[in-house]
Amino acid sequence: MSSSPVLPESATPTSAGRADLRPEHIRDAVIRLAGNSQDGIQTAGAFLARLAGRSAQEVMTYMTIPSTISGGPSIFQVRIGSGEVLSAGDEADFLVAFYQHSYTEHIYFLREGGVLLYDSDQVQPNLEDKRFVYVGVPITGLTVEALGGTAKDKGKNIFVLGLLASIFRLNPDKLKALIRERFGGKDESVVNTAITAFQAGYAYPVGNVLTHLYEFEPSPRKSERAQVTMDGNQALAYGLIAAGVRYGAGYPITPWSSVMEILRSEFPKYGGLFVQAEDELASVSLALGFSYSGWLAVTGSAGPGISLKAEAIGWASMAEIPLIVVNVQRGGPSTGLPTNVEQSDLHQAVFGGHGDSPRVVLAADTVEDCFYIAIEAARIARKYSTPVFILSDSSLATRIEAFDEPHLSELMVNPKPDMSPRPPGTKPYPLEQITQHSPPGTRMLDGKYPVMTGLEHDEMGHPTASARMHSSMTAKRRKKYQQLADELPVPPVHGDQEGETLLIGWGSTYGPISEAVNQARDRGESVGSLHLRHLHPLPTGLEAVFDRFKRIVVVEMNDQGLYGYGQLATLLRARFCDPKIESFTKTDGLTFRVREILEGALK
Amino acid sequence: MNPLDAVPPVAPEREKLTKKAVTADHPTWCPACGDFAVLASFYKVLEKRQLPHENIVTLAGIGCSSRFPYFVNTHGAHFIHGRSVPLASAISLARPDLHVFLFGGDGDGLSIGGNHLDHGARKNVNLTYVIMDNFVYGLTKKQTSPTSPIGYKSKTDPTGVIDHPVNPIKKLIAAGATFVARTHAAQVNHMIQMMERAMDHDGFSVIECLSECIEFFPGAFDAGNPRKGGEFKVIEEKKWDDSPEDEARHDVTDEIAAYRLADVAFPGLFGVFYEIDRPTKNALEQKWVESSRAKLNHASDVEVLQKTFDRMK
Repeated sequence: MSSSPVLPESATPTSAGRADLRPEHIRDAVIRLAGNSQDGIQTAGAFLARLAGRSAQEVMTYMTIPSTISGGPSIFQVRIGSGEVLSAGDEADFLVAFYQHSYTEHIYFLREGGVLLYDSDQVQPNLEDKRFVYVGVPITGLTVEALGGTAKDKGKNIFVLGLLASIFRLNPDKLKALIRERFGGKDESVVNTAITAFQAGYAYPVGNVLTHLYEFEPSPRKSERAQVTMDGNQALAYGLIAAGVRYGAGYPITPWSSVMEILRSEFPKYGGLFVQAEDELASVSLALGFSYSGWLAVTGSAGPGISLKAEAIGWASMAEIPLIVVNVQRGGPSTGLPTNVEQSDLHQAVFGGHGDSPRVVLAADTVEDCFYIAIEAARIARKYSTPVFILSDSSLATRIEAFDEPHLSELMVNPKPDMSPRPPGTKPYPLEQITQHSPPGTRMLDGKYPVMTGLEHDEMGHPTASARMHSSMTAKRRKKYQQLADELPVPPVHGDQEGETLLIGWGSTYGPISEAVNQARDRGESVGSLHLRHLHPLPTGLEAVFDRFKRIVVVEMNDQGLYGYGQLATLLRARFCDPKIESFTKTDGLTFRVREILEGALK
Repeated sequence: MNPLDAVPPVAPEREKLTKKAVTADHPTWCPACGDFAVLASFYKVLEKRQLPHENIVTLAGIGCSSRFPYFVNTHGAHFIHGRSVPLASAISLARPDLHVFLFGGDGDGLSIGGNHLDHGARKNVNLTYVIMDNFVYGLTKKQTSPTSPIGYKSKTDPTGVIDHPVNPIKKLIAAGATFVARTHAAQVNHMIQMMERAMDHDGFSVIECLSECIEFFPGAFDAGNPRKGGEFKVIEEKKWDDSPEDEARHDVTDEIAAYRLADVAFPGLFGVFYEIDRPTKNALEQKWVESSRAKLNHASDVEVLQKTFDRMK
């Protein structure tokens, strides 16, 4: 809670009823729910996020899930604020501990003066530690009592949701409506059980054990647009649909799978098709088949699967067939840390091809941007007839944010394969123009039909081993990316426009970097930040921004490498030969905390 | 906007599809390679069937035989090694107006692409695939292929092949292909017949075509070629005419009988081993599309997406 102290040093539970407690107004709260993955804490957390979105509040979530099949410790963190919420928070104001291990593992994350809300049937906190406020509620017992014997303790998550609703004075009717929407497709008894659990939690006399209730200040947001609340993989999938992508193929892998699950169900509604293929090689090949047939297609995976797709992406470079390749990054290499976050596939995306095979690489910086970057990727893929990578990561994939509803009717692309007859003399691979594929079904009026090929070829697509033709064609394939670089906008600088230090980031670190800049400037430092969405090619003209700062520090979640520089830092140093470009990296599999950036990059 | 849209060219009247119209580059194959006859048969089929020129798609992976698309003047693609089945599957699934023909060799289809063959077959994607089987890797010059017979001396098995070869017919039947046939490049009429039946079949139709590599495995298929002293034994299919002779004829829907025929010693039998009707992936996916669209009252794309976003408010 970023407002002035809202809690006393310690709060002693009293036996007197405290129903007369007056709510304290707060602008921002970080609530961490810690339990096991089967307890449904993600569901409870998602309800809070959805409610915040509906109440025009800013919200950001953060979760971890164990990579085991069922069970294991898991957290869901929600940060709700009435102002701008840029990160999921460095420390919690509220920690809800379902088990002893939840308490011991996460108490470090609770700020001094923060509230530990714990299940007194399961957790025995160290009450001697006077830094925190202790609120014990027999969550398990009360849930079982409320729901009757058969449900066991299933429903604890919704009970806690009720508790939080009462503590934070959240609108119970809106929450109950959300519960009904979520479980509405199921048996009526499921809805009733959930509502009963919610009521039990909401009715608990929490005032007896807590000295404060809280209420979020009304949001100062002025936007007339309604907010939509979703995670990054959803935003990406729906962005692809808005971009007019109607076909694709994939293979299951964490954390990409939910994109393919959504597209598998959604594409048919738009007359399209998403195929679950037998492997990664087949899925990229299917996607290229769809693109070849005239429908720009998508495939995706996480790093290991992208490695398997690499050969076919080389074909897309050579044959100049448009394609969107999504990489929802996770910790690597190999099976690595499948449920943790890392930005270590940038070089794979940029350089992970055989031969000279330039491609476009974009990175989404927020959940909202996952939607818009998909549209950008499709535009570039069509215009330049090229594979385009979209880099996301596991933190964006699973994080829930609320953002202004996009103007769908303006954004929606309705592509149809262009099968207008092609005039005599049409060259499939003209040296002086950007290749535009003629999909099958197109009449070639001179009767010469094109073969799209992975062999080096002349302008007509005939295989050739001519050294001069290979040089010319390699240059042709490269030049279109140089043309694209000139077209790309230089991103705006956040914070100071010139001065001491420029932080550079890409991808999901946008929030913590921006917040670090805000905090550093608040304490008088001269700092700005530049967040790159177009990583390959880089927009033309970045050096003009670099010139305005004394130091440049590239902040990213990957290793410092053999020579001391992270992956984007290495690219920028190679591109600009500027020795003032420094690197700050980390590889703990967790998102950046604002404090880490302040201490590591702005020291 | 495509610059070509600015001045829409006028499409002239459709001319008859001649052999000349579908002939492209002169093949780069060795003189007397079996693949020439396969190509000639394909030209004949295209000439005979008079499909709209622009709707024919000729695809291939990598290998000697996979050079095929360059020699056929239709829309085409020369893809990467082993992955032509998924490429072709997508083209078939997205574009029901097209006739999808796929060519390749034994290495491409049965080794590096072996898993894709199984899955294309089980999904029953509507396309026609001719595997030109020469029992050897020709483009890379005489290494063992998945169909090389035991004892064949290749550069990678100089003392003779020891690994048990793939039986393509059995593999295809087991995987769920709905049309499985075998032919021989020395039998042009039979090849044409098989290609036509394959293209008329609604589903995943595959032909194994024995096609001699004159350079690295000459004489491999003489035992199936009467002109070289062999015997071309064709499967007699049931006519369902209640005649006593019909008893002994092959029921192409009988999976077990098809396996038995596929086990006949080399050079084996030629003709249709297996042919059944099973809904194609094309039809099943289309059904899903139609029911999804009907549930939404055929709302426009933007209406459908707007509805989805409304649920996320």
